[in-house]
Amino acid sequence: MSTLTIERLTVGHGDGAAVLDGLDLEVPAGGVVALLGANGAGKTTLLRALLGLVPVRGGRVLLDGADLTGLPTEDRARRGLALVPEGRGVVAELTVAENLRLGALWRDAGRGHTSAARDAAVGQMYELFEPLARRRDAAGHSLSGGERQMLALARALVARPAVLLLDEPSLGLAPLVVAQLLGVLRDQARATGLTVLLAEQNVTGALSVADRGVVLSLGEVVADRPAAALAADPALRHAYLGF
Amino acid sequence: MERLVFLLSTGLARGAVLALFALSLVIVYRAARVVNFAQAALAVVPVYVAFAITSATGSYWLGLAAALATGALLGTVVERRLMRLVPQDNPLAGIIVAIGLVMVLQAGLAIAFGPDHRPVHAPFPQRPLEVGGVGLMSPYDLFVLVVAAVVMGGLALLFNRTSLGLQLRAAAFAPETSRLLGVRVPRMVTLGWTLSIATAALAALLLVPTGLGLDPHAADVLFVNAFAAAVVGGLDSPAGALVAGLSVGVLVALVTGYASAAAAPPAVLALLTVVLLVRPQGLFAAREARTA
Ligand SMILES: Nc1ncnc2c1ncn2[C@@H]1O[C@H](COP(=O)(O)OP(=O)(O)O)[C@@H](O)[C@H]1O
Ligand SMILES: [Mg+2]
Repeated sequence: MSTLTIERLTVGHGDGAAVLDGLDLEVPAGGVVALLGANGAGKTTLLRALLGLVPVRGGRVLLDGADLTGLPTEDRARRGLALVPEGRGVVAELTVAENLRLGALWRDAGRGHTSAARDAAVGQMYELFEPLARRRDAAGHSLSGGERQMLALARALVARPAVLLLDEPSLGLAPLVVAQLLGVLRDQARATGLTVLLAEQNVTGALSVADRGVVLSLGEVVADRPAAALAADPALRHAYLGF
Repeated sequence: MERLVFLLSTGLARGAVLALFALSLVIVYRAARVVNFAQAALAVVPVYVAFAITSATGSYWLGLAAALATGALLGTVVERRLMRLVPQDNPLAGIIVAIGLVMVLQAGLAIAFGPDHRPVHAPFPQRPLEVGGVGLMSPYDLFVLVVAAVVMGGLALLFNRTSLGLQLRAAAFAPETSRLLGVRVPRMVTLGWTLSIATAALAALLLVPTGLGLDPHAADVLFVNAFAAAVVGGLDSPAGALVAGLSVGVLVALVTGYASAAAAPPAVLALLTVVLLVRPQGLFAAREARTA
């Protein structure tokens, strides 16, 4: 189990004003933290900065105490930081099976991984996500939105990451599909001790699987409470989440 | 009829070389999203090296190995030391650098080796084989077909059956997603150039014995026809490069045989125009992603 620590992180796009200004946040080992906030709050910017896809102006990102700042994206991924990006990021030209194999390439990196172990890991994902098993040879571009999100989640899980970051996985999906996906996520987190940071605008869904909720507004943490307490606070919901 | 059979079979051998060169353009286009206008000049340099090695040692095979190695090295160095430094936000910059590279390489070759054609001998006879009184392709043409088939088969295995190939394809299609999955994308781009220029060098090496010989412009026409084939095939489709390369080869052989050599370039241009009018994305281009 791994801890993700964000220390005084300052991030901006281009030479515009900082989107995140000195943000502090800790995602404890095995914890599932919901990162809530309206459009433009800075959720995507934060997740992309954690992976090194957006340059950071100041502060540090630590994985189990080891500083990731300055490492390229691919090395952060190999160290166990996985991001399911906004818009899912399935490789449209590759098949379902190829997308999964790609995800499994650095599973247990450095611990003598074999292709048989990788195939077994991919097989587990097919058990977890039935529809993917049926469409394993279909190209990514032919999948439905729900199937694509399943594939993106499965591809992240198959790498057995230390910390999983998800950027609005429920966006544009039917409620039933969302419930199913979040259910799998919760079960996996419980079973494997996976540390999760889940960015969502779907507050109810996210808080139902998280044990803690963090509300981001204009790049600042304005609330940080147990999920149940946050769900039960109408004033806060109204002020920052708009319902 | 006999003439047709002869033209078809030589056209196929020429087409195999075209397909190989078109494939090299597809590989570099996929890896780096550039149409490499320096491909012909980069392919000819290794052929000069092969020529020198073969002259010195008397072995065609050592020359062939040297051409592949030089092509691979050249591709790697050009990507690492030159193309990587070109700004990516505008495709024009890369094209201008490539054209500059063509001038430097071709002028350099002319200064070093002189501008004249050097006759290059094929490792096998070039007289057509006769089967039942009908002239078919020559033993050298057969050799070309076999080499092209083996190399294309090997590349297909590499790209489709190995995890390195999976990374090469993923990095080409979705660089950011690939990085998120731990793929070293810059390395894959370099490797794309390595494979591409080695393949182009092989195609040029196979071509020269069938033409006027070796000079700094020996692969220019090959580039033009292969580029047309690659575009007809869809520019990022290896299968398209193969089919279109063979088709263009046969087309050129037929037009040259029945009309004249001067009619071949307009015929290729006409094919290109028709295909682009009917299917602007090329015959084998990947389908658009589903949006709903
Ligand atoms: N590529 C970009 N260039 C410039 N500004 C950006 C870019 N991406 C996001 N922003 C700005 O950063 C702020 C936070 O956006 P984002 O992180 O996407 O929020 P969220 O994901 O919470 O909706 C917004 O004001 C947005 O306009
Ligand atoms: Mg967002």
